[in-house]
Amino acid sequence: MSAAQVTLRGVTKVFPAGAGGQAVHALGPIDIEIRKSEFFAVVGPSGCGKSTLLELIAGLTAPTEGEIKFEGRTIGENIPDGVGVVFQEDACFPWLNVQQNVEFGLRQKNIGAQEKARRAAAVIDMMGLRDFARTYPAQLSGGMRQRVCIARTIVAEPRLILLDEPFGALDQQTRLLMGDEMLRVWRQTGATVFLITHALDEAAMLADRIVVMSARPGKAIDLVETSWPRERDSRIVERETFGAITSRLWKTLREESLKTMGRAGSSG
Amino acid sequence: MSALRLYQIAVIAGFILLLEALCLAGVIDKITMPAPHIIVRDFIQMLLAGRYFGEIGKSLTNVLVAFASAYVVGVVTGTILHSYRTARDILDPLFATYYAIPVFAFYPLFIVMFGLGDGPQVLIGFMLAIVAVIVTTLNGLDRVPSVLKKTARVNGLNALQTAVRVTLPFCAPYLLTAAKLALAYAFIGVIGSEFIMARSGMGYEISYAYTNFDNATMYPLILLILLLSIAANSLLSHWERVLLSRRGQK
Repeated sequence: MSAAQVTLRGVTKVFPAGAGGQAVHALGPIDIEIRKSEFFAVVGPSGCGKSTLLELIAGLTAPTEGEIKFEGRTIGENIPDGVGVVFQEDACFPWLNVQQNVEFGLRQKNIGAQEKARRAAAVIDMMGLRDFARTYPAQLSGGMRQRVCIARTIVAEPRLILLDEPFGALDQQTRLLMGDEMLRVWRQTGATVFLITHALDEAAMLADRIVVMSARPGKAIDLVETSWPRERDSRIVERETFGAITSRLWKTLREESLKTMGRAGSSG
Repeated sequence: MSALRLYQIAVIAGFILLLEALCLAGVIDKITMPAPHIIVRDFIQMLLAGRYFGEIGKSLTNVLVAFASAYVVGVVTGTILHSYRTARDILDPLFATYYAIPVFAFYPLFIVMFGLGDGPQVLIGFMLAIVAVIVTTLNGLDRVPSVLKKTARVNGLNALQTAVRVTLPFCAPYLLTAAKLALAYAFIGVIGSEFIMARSGMGYEISYAYTNFDNATMYPLILLILLLSIAANSLLSHWERVLLSRRGQK
């Protein structure tokens, strides 16, 4: 078994009260270990703090209590080196073409312009965007724009890729194909992937291990190991065990989702 | 050429032809306004003779200085204010009511303070233009999607790098609108000030020609100001269209 690359110990996030409001206990306490080079997914009901969890690991916000470590170093409110993030929303820069968008991921790296162009071209190729290198995002479909964002993230060669519902805005067919793309990127880069999603089938298809979170404040209430081979693609949904995994996820999640809707204990 | 552009040209041409007809028919008398073809003839003669080039150069330099300083200071101030919510909240009422303040009322005071030179005219142009730039910059920055700011953070950009590489480029269409407003206000401020009290400049010459019934000078100068404003505005609008079409917004 691989060593833990990311560890969360007793992590809690409470957002302080705003004007006239009250403090929101969004997450935790939660303990998670993410192994090096695994595909790890988190599912949970709406508003359970999934995205907050990702932002904590990304260093975009600091935990109220507990500790998060990436490769043995504590993550505070600084973005750790070696971590890349792909968000759900369209994060392409509309004034830059595909090539420039991808090269943006290397702006802070101390490498020459030629090397940047070479690395960007390689990643653009890898994501099947070679014919669109000079195209602006407005001329691309939603799926292609998301591929540009993934390319911009992986061009920096992160050791941990955080995905915040990256295919949430895409149609079902594109989502399945993007899942294949993501599995290929995961295998080729050797990076660890941490996926936040509300889609149980997506988590079951992509991940090696899946954590199920409770309704807010989000806590880890189940951990499912899929035992998929590393070489896999979306055709894995045809396997019998795929149905068993999604059923188990839904069984755990259903009660939590009902709590979110204010209907806890409903058997209907 | 698009049908819309043809209609626009037809409307302008129709208006000029109407003026020409009214002038030739004597409905508009010669002392009030010469016929458009006379104005164009006088305009060409003025340019060929090189008359008022010094005045034109002085006014345009002052407009340019007022525009450039208001634009740079306005964009920087807007960007800084966007990061300081309290300061912005304090200044918001001033921005909301700013254009109700007759800035020209301060002109005599500026002349007392800085003398009857270019300074007060540039200052009036600057004062008229700057708030439009600040408000438009703030308006643009308010629309930057938070995901782009998060992307800047995960790519390790600091606040200045984020402004220069992410938020301000996103706001480029708004910054072009700000430039158009700033240029118009700089023209109004400088030429208007020259009208009120000055010793030189296009506004001064127009005012002088007006009091001396010198239509052969007044109308060509007015036409020149009109053409310069339209040319500058068209150039900025063209850039705006290029930017927006690249972003799939037009």
